[in-house]
Amino acid sequence: MSDAPVDYRPMWTELGLDLEAHDALLGAVGPMYANAYMAQEGRPEGTGYFDFVMSEIHGLRIKELDDFRKAGNKVVGTFCLYVPEEIVRAHGAQCVGLCAGAEFAYDEVERILPRNTCSLIKSFMGFKLGKVCPYMEESDLVIGEATCDGKKKAYELLGELHNVHVMELPQMKRERDKEFWRAEVRDLISKLEELTGNTMTEETLRSAIKEVNDKRRALQRVWKTRKADPVPISGKDALLATQIAFYDDVPRFTQMVNNLADEVEQRVADGVGVAPKGAKRVLVTGAPMSIPNWKIHDIVETSGGVIVSEEMCTGSRYYDKLVDEDGATMDELIDGIADKYLDINCACFTPNEGRMEDILAMAKDWNVDGILHYSLQFCGPYQIEATQVERVAKDAGIPILKIDTDYSMEDVGQLSTRVEAFLEML
Amino acid sequence: MWLHDGRVVHSEVTDTGFDPQSIVRGFVSREQHDAVVATGYGRHVARELLGCQVVTEIKAYARGAAHLFPGAAAVLDIGGQDTKVIALGPGGSVADFEMNDKCAAGTGKFLEVMASALGFTLDELADAALLADSGIQVSSMCTVFAESEVTGLVHRGVDRGRIARGLHESVVKRTHGSLKRTGAGMPLVFAGGVANNRAMIELLSTTLQSALLIPDNAQTVGALGAALSHAD
Repeated sequence: MSDAPVDYRPMWTELGLDLEAHDALLGAVGPMYANAYMAQEGRPEGTGYFDFVMSEIHGLRIKELDDFRKAGNKVVGTFCLYVPEEIVRAHGAQCVGLCAGAEFAYDEVERILPRNTCSLIKSFMGFKLGKVCPYMEESDLVIGEATCDGKKKAYELLGELHNVHVMELPQMKRERDKEFWRAEVRDLISKLEELTGNTMTEETLRSAIKEVNDKRRALQRVWKTRKADPVPISGKDALLATQIAFYDDVPRFTQMVNNLADEVEQRVADGVGVAPKGAKRVLVTGAPMSIPNWKIHDIVETSGGVIVSEEMCTGSRYYDKLVDEDGATMDELIDGIADKYLDINCACFTPNEGRMEDILAMAKDWNVDGILHYSLQFCGPYQIEATQVERVAKDAGIPILKIDTDYSMEDVGQLSTRVEAFLEML
Repeated sequence: MWLHDGRVVHSEVTDTGFDPQSIVRGFVSREQHDAVVATGYGRHVARELLGCQVVTEIKAYARGAAHLFPGAAAVLDIGGQDTKVIALGPGGSVADFEMNDKCAAGTGKFLEVMASALGFTLDELADAALLADSGIQVSSMCTVFAESEVTGLVHRGVDRGRIARGLHESVVKRTHGSLKRTGAGMPLVFAGGVANNRAMIELLSTTLQSALLIPDNAQTVGALGAALSHAD
């Protein structure tokens, strides 16, 4: 690698990005990252890889995807956990998570979406309309999913601007819903066959299942070390690992996270931590946090607490369960994938008791002092389900703080006071 | 506020203005002290400046209110920008709390804006509310929307006193909801600038069917609690 900075501008121009707006975006994210991440003390060395990936977030990784596509392959963009990455990879395509974690071009967005739409939806629409998400522009197909009403309707509007396929996710988890979802996954296979011109084989599918499971296993290793006191890695760095998992090259990422896991496992053995032993341990549960949304983690961890687990789509829901690798036939493998994905406990399901069980089990195993429930304003499913989460937490004698917020920074002062008071109370 | 052996020796209320650093520096140099504790929104600024201990205003209000009223079960603080409800645990600890989100609904700022929309001072607003025999319902709690609602009512010729009463009732209703959610028991200490508002005291104690414990100096409860928490 040479030391001279690579000029990615021709590539961004070719992708149709608005260079001026894109510069403004990168100019904002860089300092945000420096404040939130580089200011941390005692980070594991393995997080250096994440610093590198972040510094090249719209650079090197996009170049890789660009080269991949120019070699005749396809890239698929997603917003949500329910799109099976294994199926995409088994067709020789790559999956990338799309930008949805910052306020951008809201003035444009509010011309087509109501102001009281959740930050995540407004954000992805803003990145599209503002022409600043190279991942979106590298995506030959965006696969959406009918999780909540807001996303469902926003995908119709996005479909006017981009090639979009929407998977219908059932809202319950009965046998007939499982059958329905298995059929949706098979429809996706036809869609991807048509897009890539490749037919998935048992061999490519088995290999994709193994690769994606290995990624989850690596993340699980890091997650499990966070049971230790002192905790060997900050919640912020652990969150970042999951966020990057959505768009990085799979085998390389897995290798890097396994290296990090070796290091943090050693830290646990040596009693080394990023916060003092006895620091208040917080479980965060709720809506997903996309890059660069580090707001809650930053507030908690600069207030003396540590986040030891995330029960969210950018957390345990991404990696806690594996796809069955032992299916004997292609059909069994596909059903195994469908069933694993339907087993994710998002608040868009009714009822969603599995999430309550996950939260309680995690609170116990990760020795949690308090739970922080995070929802985005105007996200009905999580805001309403917070009531049930609060109830089960209180019944179990675990203090809980409910926070409704968005991607803006205007409430950071009030949130800091609430979080600090919560930590003082624990 | 300066404490010596748990007794208040001196206290002052100063606006920190646009240059909090110099105000804080001047303030602490006024009397001798062994230690400083900072609380409130600027606590971290003070910590950077003085290297002092910090506590949140939630803990500070709980500690201060429990010290002034040893039998208190809960604290309600309605200030200019936020409203806090604290259920007290043993020894003035915080059992649970709630604080308003990022808007001024139900705070002193809400009443200030409404007073100005009605052409009243804050005192006149409270007096008019007490004189009115019934309130007119103001449905919006958002300060911005409520202001237009109030303007609309004024233009329709509705009596200002009834609007004033309705505005206080809406703050009481919101506060009551917060008290219920937090599981705050009685007796309740009512502190913060809005605890000086006679209409709020009357309407709130009627709703709660309980007399309220009101500190003589409602604005320094937090400072007292912060100073006391140094010894903890």
